[in-house]
Amino acid sequence: MEAIETLAQQEYKEGWVTDIEMETAPPGLNEDIIRFISAKKKEPEFLLEWRLKAYRHWLTMKEPNWQYMAYPPVDYQDIVYYAAPKNTPEYNSLDEVDPELLATYDKLGIPLEEQKVLAGVAVDAVFDSVSVHTTFKDKLAELGIIFCSFSEAAQEHPDLVEKYLGTVVPYRDNYFATMNSAVFSDGSFCYIPPGVRCPMELSTYFRINTAGTGQFERTLIIADEGSYVSYLEGCTAPMRDENQLHAAVVELVALKDAQIKYSTVQNWYPGDEQGKGGVYNFVTKRGACKGDNSKISWTQVETGSAITWKYPSVILQGDHSIGEFYSVALTRNKQVADTGTKMIHVGKNSRSTVVSKGISAGNGQNVYRGRIQVLKKADGARNYTQCDSMLIGDRCGAHTFPYIDVGNNSASVEHEASTARISEDQLFYCKTRGISTEDAISMIINGFCKEVFQELPMEFAVEAKKLLGISLEGSVG
Amino acid sequence: MALLEIRNLRGGIKDQDIINGIDLTVDRGEVHAIMGPNGSGKSTLGKILAGHEEYEETGGTVRFQDKDLFELTPEERANEGMFLAFQYPVEIPGVSNAYFLRAAMNERLKYRGEPEISAGAFRRLLDKKMKQVDMDPELARRPVNEDFSGGEKKRNEIFHMAVLEPTLSILDETDSGLDIDAMRIVAHGINQQRTADNAMIVITHYQRLLDYVVPDYVHVMYQGRIVKSGRKELAFELEEKGYEWIREEVEAAG
Repeated sequence: MEAIETLAQQEYKEGWVTDIEMETAPPGLNEDIIRFISAKKKEPEFLLEWRLKAYRHWLTMKEPNWQYMAYPPVDYQDIVYYAAPKNTPEYNSLDEVDPELLATYDKLGIPLEEQKVLAGVAVDAVFDSVSVHTTFKDKLAELGIIFCSFSEAAQEHPDLVEKYLGTVVPYRDNYFATMNSAVFSDGSFCYIPPGVRCPMELSTYFRINTAGTGQFERTLIIADEGSYVSYLEGCTAPMRDENQLHAAVVELVALKDAQIKYSTVQNWYPGDEQGKGGVYNFVTKRGACKGDNSKISWTQVETGSAITWKYPSVILQGDHSIGEFYSVALTRNKQVADTGTKMIHVGKNSRSTVVSKGISAGNGQNVYRGRIQVLKKADGARNYTQCDSMLIGDRCGAHTFPYIDVGNNSASVEHEASTARISEDQLFYCKTRGISTEDAISMIINGFCKEVFQELPMEFAVEAKKLLGISLEGSVG
Repeated sequence: MALLEIRNLRGGIKDQDIINGIDLTVDRGEVHAIMGPNGSGKSTLGKILAGHEEYEETGGTVRFQDKDLFELTPEERANEGMFLAFQYPVEIPGVSNAYFLRAAMNERLKYRGEPEISAGAFRRLLDKKMKQVDMDPELARRPVNEDFSGGEKKRNEIFHMAVLEPTLSILDETDSGLDIDAMRIVAHGINQQRTADNAMIVITHYQRLLDYVVPDYVHVMYQGRIVKSGRKELAFELEEKGYEWIREEVEAAG
């Protein structure tokens, strides 16, 4: 239809490069680089050994090619695996932080000072690889909550790191997770002690900044028995000409009666209208409901990156454990999002819910890929999957690959799917009520995504709606 | 100056004129019924006036509130005070009726350079209007027209009209598909909106709606033209004699 065929282009609003001196490792991947990274971070011995095991295993692996996307081969020896702001800071207050860095945060709309007061969100801001600022730490510490950079955790809480690292995503897991295990730069670490309900939403802002720096974040969240935590991850990246590889790993561990809610808004640079220069976002996210009655909930809004490749999953080991996956993925121009989830039912009466909303515009391609697996002993396991696609224009695509593998007769697995277009009639109807085409599309899309947005924490939901609006701005003629 | 002045309007869909020269003047405070057999161009007239993209005017002029209608986008026409009640109202999943109407209301206020309506004031307005058109409050919370019955959809159109308070409402076969009870309720809702300041064009195939919404003028369309105009009695005559009578008259004259 004519009204929504022309995809006008909008410049990426978060595109700039901050001019801060970086301390950068030479490009390339070898054992020396790994030792360099580990030494830089003053890591305990076990962690270096773990990295090296991962690296050696990685050398035996082949890059996967089953995904629904094509991208130019990545030269892994041409990537810089470590870049940290120079004079690695150990700041006591904001005054000590490089003003340029603070200016960058201002542009991102996340002034730390403001956020401390306004949002009640503790911010662990990751600027490239090293955490430069952590807030609210003292308040959290009173409750026994540990929320810090991964590097800090490795030094201060090596026992916890050693106990849980790689227990959900083993270093042999997959090509990119294994690479991450070898070279991960930094990330967040979070531990909630038994019976503690984390009183605020924990939040990390990631940012890719140095030209040619791959970013390999590693996040580990442990919710001990009977605890609760809600974690927010939001990302933007500056405009670059070359592709930036991002291969993060997120591991969640929920023990008995514990709950983890993990929300993501991802808005990395998607590339220009030809798809040039966008971020490759190859992420492994997985949670384990290790204890009975535990719950892990993933909510994601993916609007950025040239290629997104991620399947936040839950292993439902505990009896009566619950896994949830709520996703909105929007692709336009030449973006590809190959995303979905795996729900592995091991425990009795474990339940999972999957709601996936894919929106494709321009030449964008959206893939839902999901696996629901019910193991033999998972009596009474239940899954409900809903997978909806919306197409805007006639050059985009939506593809669905659901795998269902049931090994227990008492299980119930439901899959619903739909594909819709924004109809000319809907737009005309809105116009006769005085609502412009662009506002109408934004409204219809937000309505389409409602079930996912209502899972997001309030401020995040507002941001996500705005993001979809901005992403679709100019996508109608 | 009349509210709406249509002069020798021609137009249709894909290079094919369905409207072949219509003249019609509508003043504030008037209700005009447009009747005619299927395919006579009644609904096309409504769509051209409201600005449906697939329909195009190919000749003539339309002035609405002393502005050239065809210089205005469909949403501008709406914000100027034109309203089209759909024969087949459209579903918008996930968008609540109340949210949708508030967005529409605010567009209108913005267009007129007025401040947006507060949540509280809008809530009170909705309550008042729901009562006026006998609308189940539940329907305001539900997504626009989704899983509404045929009657509920039509009633919702009148509810939209009541909230937005247009100066000119075009009701496209609002009575179609309604049983007599539902039609009475809808008709009551329409009558509630009649004032000396606004006007309505009621497009209908049957006379029965006009028993309840009594028009000031009745026009009969045939082959894209208004072939006969009169007062409300014309509707009774049509009901009695059928459209065959018009056909014969036109052919005899032609």
